[in-house]
This record gives sequence, C-alpha cells and structure tokens, in this order.
Amino acid sequence: MLSGGDMLIRALRDEGVECVFGYPGGAALHIYDAIFRQKDVKHILVRHEQAAAHAADGYSRATGKVGTLLVTSGPGATNTITGIATAHMDSIPMVVLSAQVVSDKIGEDAFQETDMVGISRPIVKHSFLVSDPSEIPSIIKKAYYIASTGRPGPVVVDIPKDHTDPSRVFEYQYPESVKMRSYVPAGRGHAGQIKKAVQLLLGAKRPVIYSGGGVIQGDSSELLTELAKKLNFPVTNTLMGLGAYPGTDRQFLGMLGMHGTFEANTAMHHADVILAIGARFDDRVTNTPSKFCPHAKIIHVDIDPASISKTVSADVPIVGAVESVLKDMLSLVNSAEQGTDQEAIGDWWAQIDEWRQRHGLYHANRFDTSGERIKPQEVVQVLHEVTKGDAYICSDVGQHQMFAAQYYLFDKPRRWINSGGLGTMGFGLPAAMGVQIADRDACVVCITGEGSIQMCIQELSTLTQYNLPVKIICLNNQALGMVRQWQDMQYDSRYSESLYEDSLPDFEKLMEAYGHVGITVTQRDDLRSKMEECFAMKDRVVFMNVMVDRSEHVYPMLVAPNGSMRDMLLSKTERT
Amino acid sequence: MRRIVSILMENAPGALSRVVGLFSQRGYNIDTLTVAPTEDPTLSRLTLTTVGDDHKLEQITKNLNKLIDVVKLVDLSDGAHIERELMLIKVKASGAQRAEIKRCTDIFRGQIVDVTSTIYTIQIVGTADKLDAFVQSIGEASILEVVRSGVSGIARGEKVLSI
Repeated sequence: MLSGGDMLIRALRDEGVECVFGYPGGAALHIYDAIFRQKDVKHILVRHEQAAAHAADGYSRATGKVGTLLVTSGPGATNTITGIATAHMDSIPMVVLSAQVVSDKIGEDAFQETDMVGISRPIVKHSFLVSDPSEIPSIIKKAYYIASTGRPGPVVVDIPKDHTDPSRVFEYQYPESVKMRSYVPAGRGHAGQIKKAVQLLLGAKRPVIYSGGGVIQGDSSELLTELAKKLNFPVTNTLMGLGAYPGTDRQFLGMLGMHGTFEANTAMHHADVILAIGARFDDRVTNTPSKFCPHAKIIHVDIDPASISKTVSADVPIVGAVESVLKDMLSLVNSAEQGTDQEAIGDWWAQIDEWRQRHGLYHANRFDTSGERIKPQEVVQVLHEVTKGDAYICSDVGQHQMFAAQYYLFDKPRRWINSGGLGTMGFGLPAAMGVQIADRDACVVCITGEGSIQMCIQELSTLTQYNLPVKIICLNNQALGMVRQWQDMQYDSRYSESLYEDSLPDFEKLMEAYGHVGITVTQRDDLRSKMEECFAMKDRVVFMNVMVDRSEHVYPMLVAPNGSMRDMLLSKTERT
Repeated sequence: MRRIVSILMENAPGALSRVVGLFSQRGYNIDTLTVAPTEDPTLSRLTLTTVGDDHKLEQITKNLNKLIDVVKLVDLSDGAHIERELMLIKVKASGAQRAEIKRCTDIFRGQIVDVTSTIYTIQIVGTADKLDAFVQSIGEASILEVVRSGVSGIARGEKVLSI
C-alpha cells in the first residue's frame, strides 16, 4: 500500500525514469518527501523552473528518452511554460509533473493556485488533472505513452496536494501496457502511396531529399543515409534535422531555408522531385509558399497528418512513421528492375558542383577572413576542429545559433540541440545541463551569445552542484546580434534597444564566483590555443568569452517578402 | 462554405475546452456548438458549424483528430445528412398580432409552449435556415428573446458515427 506521492515516484521508476529535473514548493512537498525516501529516481535541483523544462528537453533530445520535470503549483508551474512551449514546437517528448493546491481549494484563488491545465493547454500534446490518487499509476503510464509515441510532445500531469497525502494509501500496480480508443498513433505508411513515391524518385532528374527533425525523433538517420546513398541523391537538412545525414558527406548540401546554404536553397528551387521527410515546410524554410519549388513534385512523409499539405501541397502524401516508410522505400528501391536515371543524376550533380563553386559549404570564402577581428563563423570552425566534430552542441538563439548550424558539420544525430520552432533565448545552458546529466563523459558545449546566456544564467550554480563540466562558448558581440542585423538591413541601422552599452558583467569574475573558469579571447591569433585550453579542462565548467566582430551578419539570407528559395543575399554586397 | 462537423469524444473534464481552444488557437471560427453525452455515458457527441474552404476544413478536421480526447469525427456536410436546431422564442402577442403569430407558428410547424395575456413563447425545430426564416417572418419588433440550441446533425442512411 502506497500513498499518492509514493505511487507517483514508484510509477516513474517503473516507467524507467532515471532522473527528474525540478524545484520544490508547498504543494509538491509530499512528492518531494517521497523522492527523499528512495534512491531509484534521481532529482536534479535547478535554479528556475524554466531551466527544469529546458534541461528535461535537452536530456530528451540527446537520448531519445522522455524528459521529466517536477514543479510546484502556481509560479512553479507558470515558470515552466516557455520550456513546455519550446518542447511542443520541436515535438520533444516530455512529461511535466506539476503540483496543484488541494482539490477542494481549486477555483478559490488559493495561495499559489493557477489553472495549469488551462494555461498550458495550447502548448501540450495532452494534459491530465489527477482527480483521485488511485488514478496516478494509470495516468503516468498514459502520460509517457502519449508523450513518446506518434508525433512526440509534452504532456502535463497536474496533481492536487491532497492526492499525494502520505496518510492515505492505496494498492499500487503499474499497468504493463496502455490502450486508448481515442489515440492511435500512425504506424506504417500506405503501401500504394509509397510505391508511387518510389516511382517518382526513380524517375527523378533533379531530386533533393529534404529531411527534418522527424528523422532524428524517429531514429532513422541510418535508413535515410542508406536511401540517399543508394539513390545518389543530394540531401539537405532543416535546422531541426541537422545530423540526420552526415554533415561532412559530399552528398550533403547543408542546411536549407532562411539561412541555408546557397547550394541547398538553389537546388531546392530547381528540383523536379522533392522527398520531404519528417519536415514540416516551416515558414523559415519555404520563403514565399506560392513561389516555393515551382518545378517540383513533392513527396511528403510525416507521422502527423496535420503537417501534410498545411502550407505546401503534397503530390504524394504519406502518413506514417518515418522509420517504417524509409524501410518500405528502401526495399522497393532495392528490388526495382530499373534504377535511377544515372545520366540525369550525373548532370544534376555537375550543376550542384557548379553552384558550390560560386558559394556554399565547400567554398573558401563563405565569410570574410581577411580582417584582424575574430569572426563568429571562425569560432565555430575552430570549435569543430578542437572537438573533432563530435561534441553535443547546445545552442541558444540568435546569430550564434545560425553560425553554429552553418559551420559545425554534424555527422551524427542528436548532437545538435537547439530551440528551432519557438526560438527560445535561454535554452542553451539548461539544455546542455540536461545533456551532461544524460552522458557524464560526453563533451557538451553550450554555444551562446552574451544576450541569450543572461536569460538562464542562474543555472551556472546547478552546474556547480552536480559537477557538470559544460563548456560555454559565448560569441560576444556586445549586442543582440540578430536584432541588430535586421536593424541594419531594414531600419537604417537604428539600433533600438539592441545594445547593452557598458552594462555587461565581467564574465571571468562571474565564473569565478560560481567556482568556474572564465577565459576571454580578444585576439584572433589566440583563438585556437585558448579553445584548446578550454577543452583541456575536462572536469571544469569553462566559459569562453570570445569578443567577435560585431558588424558581422548571417548569410546567406533568403530575400523576403515575396522571394523564392533561390533569392538570397550572399553577403552585404552580393545577391543572387 | 458552411460545414457541420460532428465529433465523438471522451466525456472527460477539459475535453470541450480542448476543442474550443483549438479553434481560437488556430484562428478558426465556431458559429454554433452543441454538446451532450451519448447513450454511452463515457462519450459525448459534439456538433459544431464553421465556415471555410476545403483546405481549411481539412486542417480543422486533422487538428481535431489529433486531440487525444477526440475519438472520431465526421464532416456531415460531405454527404446527405439531417440537420436540426431547436429555438425557443418569446414574442409580444397582443391584439390582432396574437392570431397572426399563431398562424405563422403553425405554418412553421412550431408549438406555443407558454402563454400569458401579452406573450407567446414558441418552440420551433428545423434547419438553421428554417429558424432564420421564422425569425424574419415574425419581425424584429415583436421579438423579446431568442434562444437557439445550435445545430445538431446526423448522417442519412446507414452511415453511423460510433466506436
């Protein structure tokens, strides 16, 4: 016989949850006492509930497991909202356990009461309000099932304090399986549609594979790579999909979209067949939807039917799990009597190589390297070299995020961890914390700016408490870089509220205060040696404050509004 | 184009707010809404009317289907269907008007369900168009209060929305 609080923690254990990120408070105290009295589920005490959500999110992105967080009612719950929305936009499986005031006080404006189910409703996959302690095991089972299957997403479980009361005990049994009549995640794709898709692919003359976060969530990178190799098709990844296809492979065109490579965007524009897989034709990818890829037949594979033909109509829609659809496609391709049109594909590669000679991944002059100032792109390139391209890169949001996405070529999935959909500044550091918890020995980097880092900087203290040796690479341009870039481009360089004047902290001293190491780099010549110094300190948190050229802009950049995918700015002076 | 979407969903707390929330969140419009439990008390039947083209309706139905509490749904306007709405309407009925309103009620096959010396309360059932027509024929000047249930609907023939 167990109390509601004990049942909750036991259910987490039985679900295989190894760690919970959280922060205690009044309504959660019974649960926290249950945590104290066991050893199976580890709790990580964050410094702000938003960070608990981002840490659980990062943990999930790196491992593929469901991230879990536990917070108290009222402000504890509301503080998680940005983190939940971040996970929701990027389809990250997460279970949010929020305590609630005692059930007979709900609706009475009790102390620390907020309608968590209501407030989180638009940004969750589903939510539960526990109405009786005996429901706790089955609700937890359902919560993890819903969060992790189909198109993954966050699930909130709101638990009134009286339902975790230690004085009321119940028989505990954790359900072995779950079946819900109202929830049946998509499985295999339609065989006829897959056949049609493969026929299109085999007949293609200018194909592009455009893959997104769904391939990573669906653990299907190897299948994607196998298919692309077999067909000899070029591959581009979305911001969320980086690492799904090896970034250093010649068939990789780089990221596409607003800050995608010249070759990826141009190839998309001229393609005759596009295989969109686990991607959702986000507005940052398509530019003007009516001008998007005018010559292409579009095959769209997604587990979520609502993603298909939402902004761009699919010619061959396939609803299904990416893994099973890729397997079916591969077996059809392998058994096809006639392969691809090799001559046409050869011509297509020749065309792509021509584009590459003008600008792109393999072009020497992707950015100006002649000056003395440190270019942010170069910092990412050096980071890539020093970490041998094998680190977990957790990014904040802004110019540094785009530079990281463009210049750190990810060869493996789940190594690039960033807030793609919501664009949450402050995500990077707590996410890195979650990744380091998941893999204590891994090289975990938070790439950030002096703006983003200050949005969740309190977590430096959590890093101290749990000995999490995250490396923080701060591309410090003393301005909100992306805002400043747009102000340069569209507002005649009127820098409205995007500058810090002289208000930035002395990061070295700040790191020292937390027990960490701070390094400042101002000279271009010092960059590599300081970076090596930083990563040589394996057991320490090191903050590299790199003073970069503040005038740098992120290019290429799609021309908007009314541009197509081939309309790009390539530098401050060049346009396609 | 006007659509009638009929939804079978879990009769659970919060289920209705998820459906309604989806509409505001995604910028869709609800014109009418009616909901009640079915013969199976664990299920509710919700009928709503909305306006949109095929693309918009496809998105609406896909997104509704994604809601965990939604078990099944159908766009009734896709096929032959029966549509009904109930209206209770309170009108001034005195002098010569009294007989005229009674006649009009009969023509629309309505019933006078409550009477005072100056007021009739009329119950009338039919398609939304029929109720609109009745309101028009009574004339705004006589109307004191109108209560409409929102549209309910069911497919004709052998088609059934059940689990």
